[in-house]
Amino acid sequence: MDISFDLLINALVSGLLLGGFYAALSLGVSISFGMLDIVNIAHPTVVILGAYFAWWLNENYGLDPMVAGIVMSPLFFLMGILIYRIYYDRFEKEGGDSLRGLAFFFGILFIIEMILILLFGVDYRNVNVSYTDATIKFGLLNVPYRLLIPFVFSVSLLLIIRWAFKKTYFGRAVSAVAQDPLALQLMGVNHIKVKGYAFGLSLVTAGIGGALLIIIQSVQPAAGREYIGLVFAICVLGGMGNLMGTLFGAMILGVAESFTATFAGPSWSPAVSFGLLLLTLAFRPQGIFGK
Amino acid sequence: MTFKSARKRLFLVPLLLGTFLLSSTLQAQTQTKPIRIGFGMAQTGALAGNGKAAQLAMEIWREEINKKGGLLGRQVEFVSYDDQSNPSLVPGIYTKLIDSDKVDLVVSGYGTGQIAPALPTIMQRKMAFITLFGTNPNGKFGYERYFQMMPNGLEPAVGLTYGFFEAAMSINPKPTTVAFAGGDAEYSALALEGARENAKKYGLKVVYDKSYPMSTTDFAPVVRGIQATNPDIVFVAGYPPDSVGIIRAANEVGLKTKVFGGPMIGLGYAAVKKQLGPLLNGVIGYELYVPEPTVKFPGIEAFLKKYQDRAKKEGVDELGFYLPPYGYAMMEILGQSIEKTGGLDQGKLAEYMHTTKFSTVVGDIKFGANGEWQVGRPLYVQYRGVVGNDIEQFRKAGKAPIMFPRDMKSGELKFPYEEARK
Repeated sequence: MDISFDLLINALVSGLLLGGFYAALSLGVSISFGMLDIVNIAHPTVVILGAYFAWWLNENYGLDPMVAGIVMSPLFFLMGILIYRIYYDRFEKEGGDSLRGLAFFFGILFIIEMILILLFGVDYRNVNVSYTDATIKFGLLNVPYRLLIPFVFSVSLLLIIRWAFKKTYFGRAVSAVAQDPLALQLMGVNHIKVKGYAFGLSLVTAGIGGALLIIIQSVQPAAGREYIGLVFAICVLGGMGNLMGTLFGAMILGVAESFTATFAGPSWSPAVSFGLLLLTLAFRPQGIFGK
Repeated sequence: MTFKSARKRLFLVPLLLGTFLLSSTLQAQTQTKPIRIGFGMAQTGALAGNGKAAQLAMEIWREEINKKGGLLGRQVEFVSYDDQSNPSLVPGIYTKLIDSDKVDLVVSGYGTGQIAPALPTIMQRKMAFITLFGTNPNGKFGYERYFQMMPNGLEPAVGLTYGFFEAAMSINPKPTTVAFAGGDAEYSALALEGARENAKKYGLKVVYDKSYPMSTTDFAPVVRGIQATNPDIVFVAGYPPDSVGIIRAANEVGLKTKVFGGPMIGLGYAAVKKQLGPLLNGVIGYELYVPEPTVKFPGIEAFLKKYQDRAKKEGVDELGFYLPPYGYAMMEILGQSIEKTGGLDQGKLAEYMHTTKFSTVVGDIKFGANGEWQVGRPLYVQYRGVVGNDIEQFRKAGKAPIMFPRDMKSGELKFPYEEARK
């Protein structure tokens, strides 16, 4: 195969766009797993729940999936607070390590899948909006809107949340609870409430991620399982709890996947991606941007 | 005769009478208790879309047959379990069905991946086994009581893709190069294996032959990789999500080739047709039923009407062109065999199925020695004139003219792909 500049530049841009979308899927894991030490293995299934809600709002009210993503955010936030409260009462309060809660989140995963099957059936669901089949050309570049729009939305969301974590009281409290919850308690802050809100926020990002996913591809209730490995890999690769690390980790995996698929053969993509993860863990166990 | 021996004989009378009555009651009970047919079927997981659609079709058959008085005067009952689209659960399900639930007969769940793990259990119990859409899972087992509903012919992997190459090679000038792509999954691997043999038969040079992980989200890099090799034919064997991804990417990248398509599962589904709409134009797709005037399967319209009336409510494929008629036909074959052999003897049933030509809603079926269709006839169609995403247009003839088989052909192949898709 001839490696032309055209092929190279398109592979790079495809990888970056894909990475941007992966960042939206992984952002919530970075918050829950990286900052709150909660192994929410059901996160990708919540993404699928978000995709179904976006589809439902689009089918019944004609809402654009991204608008639907914002509209349903309060619901996901409340769901997050509720799930965290149960998790706290049953597992965290007892002082058990986070892995004990894994079974709990497996249960959540299966419950969500079953609810989706009962409510919407098992058929594939998708939305057709004006931009899903359109592409934009910049010289040699061919950029599909269905990837470009989720990319812009995802990166913006990540930057806003990062800003909020740096500049607002709530954001600083979340960072503090990740570092030293006892110190936070001694300062009179209700750390359970802070963690609940932060977990709610992680599910909001999952809901929005789902709205972006349904722009890119069709979904069925069990589709979330495909993303479990990916989102945790990105979180670890970028550095636990580091949001910019999540963005760059996602882009590295996106570009690696795109280059491998274009030049070496797509079946090598997971090997290259997870090989990168292993190398990172060997030489920088804290992740590329971890401290 | 002494008084003692006479009393003994007198005592034997009620005993014999009792035994006779008990055995008659048991016999009557056996004759009136329902015939139980067991199977595992995906109700959750990635295969659930097809699993539920197939089960609905089978349920329609069961209701109809029971309304007519059942089989051999006995009602028909299904005993089914959700295999969760997980092949590792299948052996346990069939062991339970046969050993614990004591079902009379078994049929398979949907797909190659679910049929293969059931086979060793079925073979041990020497049961007749009609299966639903496996691409040669019995190839290595060679079980003589195995029957298969997919219309691929005696060599399933080769027969599945033969029609595509027949259609592709009908253009002038003849294509000389081919690119292969498919998912990292059992079905795609077998389909590609058959396609390679067909390509060899036609003397095509393979310029690209790669698989992709099933978790692939963006297929544009795959299509660009294919385009870089400049093939005359692009052949893809995929499941629904990747079929959609590849076709979208081909449109986005502006794939330039003479013929593009393959046995992409999913193109027959209403949801996929709705999703892709005009992006389907120009693609050579694999279908099992299309409402073209050349397709004459007695009873299929009536079946589809019944199915479609219930499909939306049950959240399964609205059109039901792909799997449901074959799920129904599978039960028709089993039902006809039970009636004609007059019992549930597994050996007799298998022998009858091997020697009989069955009339079903998907046409006449005759099984070959290996349990596959004696004569295969997968339909290869070229989508054209698809406008918008309305599903209703696919209920009428003209949107998917048949390119193969020849006796059902209803249109000429348009090429190259970049022109045909306009």
